[in-house]
Amino acid sequence: MPETNRPLSPHLQIYSWQISNTTSILHRLTGVGLSLGILCLVTWIVAAAVGEDFYKSVAGLLGGPLGLLVLFGFSASFFYHLANGIRHLCWDAGYGFEKKRARLTGWVAIITAAILTALFWLAVLV
Amino acid sequence: MSLESPLGKFLGHGSARDGTGHWWSQKLTAVALIPLTIWFVFAVLGMDSFDYASVRLWIGAPLNAILLILFTVSALYHSDLGLQVVVEDYVHGATKVLTLMVLKFMHVALAVAVVYSIIIISLGAIVLGSASSGAA
Repeated sequence: MPETNRPLSPHLQIYSWQISNTTSILHRLTGVGLSLGILCLVTWIVAAAVGEDFYKSVAGLLGGPLGLLVLFGFSASFFYHLANGIRHLCWDAGYGFEKKRARLTGWVAIITAAILTALFWLAVLV
Repeated sequence: MSLESPLGKFLGHGSARDGTGHWWSQKLTAVALIPLTIWFVFAVLGMDSFDYASVRLWIGAPLNAILLILFTVSALYHSDLGLQVVVEDYVHGATKVLTLMVLKFMHVALAVAVVYSIIIISLGAIVLGSASSGAA
């Protein structure tokens, strides 16, 4: 690939923070986080196949304070990635490109994720 | 200035025919993951206990096993496609090729491991079930 000096996407340092690039980088960040999440889920299922002792240590780790904090992060990442992913699918279908609407749906994705995460943990704990 | 002809610049960069292949697979798995992840969230909320026996019983139930395989395999495929784009954006040269290779191997290994695990848990449930029903 030829070396060029022109800014290539995505060049975070030349953008001022706004809802559109915040939702974009959050989508990528939560996506990478969820890759670790699926790794944890697979480990949990494999542990259930391996045997009781190994399962207990994995489940104990996930159910401990640090594990629950990580699981909370996965859940928040999931609900955001889901909401913003649906936003992306609408764009793919050709809807919602107008600046005003794109900004609005960005906030909707963030707020929806926050509400769903709160509801999920409320349902877990109650 | 390069003495390369316009044709020379394009040759060797791979086929243009699979141009939308990656994008399409990412979208296909994204759409599949909407119902599958929502099912999983409600399934987790509906579980009474996360101890060894109850979790094995839950994973081994036919419908759960099938949906869990669909969910984990779609998610791993989606994860591989997503991480591939991130690596292509930030990693260059030989490191990029190596990283993509390692990621692909890891995703395939995890997919095989999880499908194998779900199947042996399911078979265990069937063996136990037929043992108890056989005695009756």
